[in-house]
Amino acid sequence: MTSAMLTPFLEGTVRTATPLLFAALGETLVERSGVINIGLEGSIIAGALGGLITAQSAGVWPGFAGAIVAGCVIAMIFATFAVLLRGDQIITGTAVTLLALGATGTIYRLWYGDAGAALTTPTMKAFLIPGLARLPIIGTALFGQPAVTYIAYVLIPALWWWTYHTHAGLALRATGENPEAAEAAGFSPRRIQCLAVLFGGALGGLCGGTLVLAQAGTFAEGMSAGRGFIAIAIVVLGRWNPLGAAIAAVIFGAASALQFLFQAMGWHIPYQVFLALPYVLTLLALATAHSKRQAPYALGRRELHFS
Amino acid sequence: MMQLILLTDVLVRATPLLLTGLAVAIAFKAGVLNIGADGQFLVGATVAAAIGILPGTHSAIVMLPLVLLGGMIGGGVWAMIAAFLRMRFQVLEVISTIMLNFIAMYVISYLVRGPLQEPTHIYPQTPTIATAAQLPRIIPGTRLHAGFMIALVLAIGLWWAFRTTAAGFRLRATGANPDAARTTGLVDVARVTMRALVLSGAIAGLAGAVEVSGVTYALYENISPGYGYTAIAVALLAALQPLGVIATGILFGALEAGASALQRDANVPATLAAVIEASIVLLVIAVGQLSRGWRRQTS
Repeated sequence: MTSAMLTPFLEGTVRTATPLLFAALGETLVERSGVINIGLEGSIIAGALGGLITAQSAGVWPGFAGAIVAGCVIAMIFATFAVLLRGDQIITGTAVTLLALGATGTIYRLWYGDAGAALTTPTMKAFLIPGLARLPIIGTALFGQPAVTYIAYVLIPALWWWTYHTHAGLALRATGENPEAAEAAGFSPRRIQCLAVLFGGALGGLCGGTLVLAQAGTFAEGMSAGRGFIAIAIVVLGRWNPLGAAIAAVIFGAASALQFLFQAMGWHIPYQVFLALPYVLTLLALATAHSKRQAPYALGRRELHFS
Repeated sequence: MMQLILLTDVLVRATPLLLTGLAVAIAFKAGVLNIGADGQFLVGATVAAAIGILPGTHSAIVMLPLVLLGGMIGGGVWAMIAAFLRMRFQVLEVISTIMLNFIAMYVISYLVRGPLQEPTHIYPQTPTIATAAQLPRIIPGTRLHAGFMIALVLAIGLWWAFRTTAAGFRLRATGANPDAARTTGLVDVARVTMRALVLSGAIAGLAGAVEVSGVTYALYENISPGYGYTAIAVALLAALQPLGVIATGILFGALEAGASALQRDANVPATLAAVIEASIVLLVIAVGQLSRGWRRQTS
């Protein structure tokens, strides 16, 4: 195996892993607060369209801000129904995803014409980190990526540190384990859960923005393609820990990038196999990571006895 | 005549929603969140189409039951994967069924470009199924087919089964409060849940078979515009009652048929229907939660 074969594989791994990582890091914190947000998929697709529309008029970097705002708006709807009104989190999340998929499709068709003519937006150029990008084999794969990828690199340790070594992180974890005790300790579980959901929505939006503004350069209806659900599987596989989520996201990225490796080796396999692979892998990952031991104790609970 | 065609078009569009709505209602009633009716629909449609294009001539008395049964088995088996993953590995059925939706989509994408493709190899679809495998039209001159009657009969049958049979009671007890149902010692909660999921998949698979056998006569990639997702709104708005599903299924059929017409005539995107459906679900949640809170305060 030569580096000419490995480099596209590693590049593809990082490229696929980056948006998944954003979404999974956000959802990790959401679930640590005791909420499971299936509406993450909705934040991602909203972020994709929000990023496109903002970038069209203001450029690539403001586009990312637009993506984050759009992701937050969707998360806000989820927080209203699932946290404030205490509706069923799974059903609310499913409805929010449907809402966002329908709304983005509608807005896109109204905004850009009926069939949603193929529309491109300038994308973020790869930024080579001096020195590191010259490393053999892994150099360009890890350090020759669009700048948004480096934000992901920074977020992993930052969120890990925040979760385990700050007062606010402790409040978040306490809420997810035992909201009644957290409230007795003077925290407001609902406020913490709302903030966590909003943060998760922001990172979901960033995931969508990355897809459009750093990768595809265009929007397509339903382009989130289940990444929100894959991200939830990554959270489970990563044991509700930001570092674990990072490792799990890379495994998913690698599985999706296998096609580059197989192409380089000249193997002929129906392309649908590669397209279906991340979903099959999600099922296998969830089956192997099935211990409930490390899930936040109050995850998904509705009948909570705090005000 | 024009009105009759409009009305029957609504019922044709409502048929898959009715069936998938029933599928979702059964699962939700048992406390299993089957978000995978779409994938089960697709696998049911695939099996039905594969049987429908078998060479040789057979009579409709043989072919139709085979096609419909095949669809049910296909959908049931697809749901069984999620049931197995939940029972054996505690995998959330919400995630697994959604993943299986995507996998079913790619399986069809492969099949209609590979083994099941029509003989000229130009279009990504199967050949037309045999006439004997096609459901009869019930009103001449319209597209309304016998599948609609199947859906009605099934809804009434389920309503009856929920109310009067022991299995129906166990299902309701499990969904209402699994811990209480387990404590009585009379209900094997895990088993009831899994059976409900497989039955739900079988009905969604039947929906796929009915669509192939009654409307499209062939299998292609986008055969479901998200019926399985709309079905969630159909079932929830009906408060998971089988007879209610008849009403909400027809309502949503009208909504989607109307949306398609609006797109054609007034350039209003048909995706708007999804926005309305999702809003209805959120509204149902809000009303349910607010009235619960209100009852608690007044009692």
